[in-house]
Amino acid sequence: MTDSLEQAGLLDIYQKVVNGERLSPEDGIQLYETDHLPALGYLANLVREKKNGNKAYYIYNQHINYSNVCTNLCKFCAFGKEKQAPGSYEMSIEEIEKKIKERLNEPISEVHIVGGIHPDLPYSYYTDMLRAIKRIRPEIHIQAFTCVEIAHLAKLAGMSIEDTLKDLADAGLGSIPGGGAEVFSTRIREKLCPEKLPGNEWLDVAKTAHRLGIKSNATMLYGHIETVEERIEHLVALREAQDETGGFMCFIPLAFHPKNTGLEEIAPTGGIDDLKNIAVSRLMLDNFPHIKAYWVMLGPKVAQIALWYGADDLDGTVLEEKITHMAGGETAQAMTRNEIERLIKAAGREPVERDTLYNHI
Amino acid sequence: MMDCQKPVSDIASKVRQQKRISKEEALELYRHADVNLLGSLAHEIRLKKHPDKLVTYVIDRNINYTNVCISGCKFCAFFKAPGHSQGYVLSKEELLKKILETQELGGTQILLQGGLHPDLSLEFYEDMLSFIKKEFGIHCHAFSPPEIVHFANISGNSIREVLERLKVAGLDSIPGGGAEILVDRVRQQTSPNKATAAEWLEVMETAHNLGLKTTATMMFGHIETDEERIEHLEQLRSLQDRTEGFTAFIPWPFQPGNTEIECKPATSYEYLKMLALSRIYLDNFPNIQASWVTQGPKIAQISLFYGANDFGSTMIEENVVAAAGVSHRLSENKIRQLINQAGFIPKQRLMDYTLADERNGSV
Repeated sequence: MTDSLEQAGLLDIYQKVVNGERLSPEDGIQLYETDHLPALGYLANLVREKKNGNKAYYIYNQHINYSNVCTNLCKFCAFGKEKQAPGSYEMSIEEIEKKIKERLNEPISEVHIVGGIHPDLPYSYYTDMLRAIKRIRPEIHIQAFTCVEIAHLAKLAGMSIEDTLKDLADAGLGSIPGGGAEVFSTRIREKLCPEKLPGNEWLDVAKTAHRLGIKSNATMLYGHIETVEERIEHLVALREAQDETGGFMCFIPLAFHPKNTGLEEIAPTGGIDDLKNIAVSRLMLDNFPHIKAYWVMLGPKVAQIALWYGADDLDGTVLEEKITHMAGGETAQAMTRNEIERLIKAAGREPVERDTLYNHI
Repeated sequence: MMDCQKPVSDIASKVRQQKRISKEEALELYRHADVNLLGSLAHEIRLKKHPDKLVTYVIDRNINYTNVCISGCKFCAFFKAPGHSQGYVLSKEELLKKILETQELGGTQILLQGGLHPDLSLEFYEDMLSFIKKEFGIHCHAFSPPEIVHFANISGNSIREVLERLKVAGLDSIPGGGAEILVDRVRQQTSPNKATAAEWLEVMETAHNLGLKTTATMMFGHIETDEERIEHLEQLRSLQDRTEGFTAFIPWPFQPGNTEIECKPATSYEYLKMLALSRIYLDNFPNIQASWVTQGPKIAQISLFYGANDFGSTMIEENVVAAAGVSHRLSENKIRQLINQAGFIPKQRLMDYTLADERNGSV
């Protein structure tokens, strides 16, 4: 492969990767800009196999999007709605309980909960939700509320981030999903989501959680108006936070879906950009154990190829996902365990069912 | 065919030195080379063959003049047996309308294919071609080899005579369909009533000798073995050595929906590996096409780095893959956007791969 890496001008970076040296932001930009896609994949795969061997993880999970009412109304979002808008909804605790009860016979190990920034649901709604789920299914891991929602809940509760997290953990919160990071750049946030929690505060919530022993994930929403430099800044900020706490489990690059958003004129991401984001993040985030190719956003075909571009996780069986599908995501609502395993095996990888914290099941 | 004992890295070096690889070496690469090594080798060959970084496509329409077919292939979701209530033969008026629409969309050719109809005579096809040529003068990329063999059978003419008559009537080039897997073990099980491997190859060789260019396809991922896939490539490579009449190779995974073969379609990973192996093995084929119809836009774009240098056709109409429940649609603008995003330059081409704007003298 060194012939190809030389031809691609990636030999210096290859040497760093082989020596386990950290890549610079300039390296990251060069990787994004390479015109030799398989050579980039090869490099990312070196790191992927060093960290995770031939394993490809998936999880049997259940998604609950408790409400789409949101005061942030970010331009890239097709999910959030004003409270009075047609199509807005919020689930009562009873409805959430019903959803959990409906699937008690399935071997679900994680409930994944994300919603909007709701203007008037009280703090108790969130702790009641966690307690209700745990009452019905005590053994289940609840991964809930992005850092953006946690900051909002702290305001509702009138408590510090730390005390809020402690209280939520007490009610059943197990870990925090990676959403709401978008792109940390203030330029991007001012243009696309001025109401949203700023990037540094997102990182503060995550780091506070990590210090309390609560693990979390991280994401990046790419393919809208961000520059390559802004993507790299985002990755470097995550890498530095991870150096401090070690609490991130997984990074998930999220492909922007323009349909029904305020940015419909932007073309959906191509397969090449999808693979580049997987690969570059695998190479830059040397201290993240896992990179996820979220098949709901990428489609199963690209997600499968991503297993050779740095990804070691496909996420889950995922029923009732709403956020991507409101934005024109054309993937199915769920893949069965058999389908996920077939996809992984056909790519020459070994399927491993995991729980939220990457313990093998 | 046995696995060869050579390590993958030796075979990769051989490919890089632009030396031809054997069937055994191809099998070794296919089974043991990392997908990104295969991709790199294929991509570098593609860049040597097409250093200008163009990705071409053709604007055309698949017109299926009939779906009535006596072949009854197990992998086909499109055909209707003779006497079936949904069987059809397109009238001249319908043809006229479809070709007019094609020209309005900038189409430069029609791809005319149908089932093996039991009752239509060779004169019917001659008449269809001369009618189209008289009305439109549009390029007729028509009749895959099994149809040509069928016309020979019904008319009592030789394959050569059929091709000569059709050429006089207006046939310009021949599509590479019906190749499936060019190994008779596979054909006997999946399509026993269809042209044999030797007949398929004979039609193409004869056509090339008559100055008709053709493409070649492969439909993989059903009952064939890895060795049989490579045998397919070998048959094409050795014919191309003799004639140089193939313009392009188009592999795609079998789509099992609504067919008699129960299996899961080959995944995108297997597709990219097969595509790359084709680019490596078929060293005498100028072009390799991506199959966006079966793979969708994202994998089609990625395939531009696994050996493909052509996006195929805009397919204003496509019925055969759609009958198997797979219905990706792409407009010309979307195709151009995917190619641009990938860092290549999109160019409309004709069947023989000359660029459309060169033909118009407006380079």
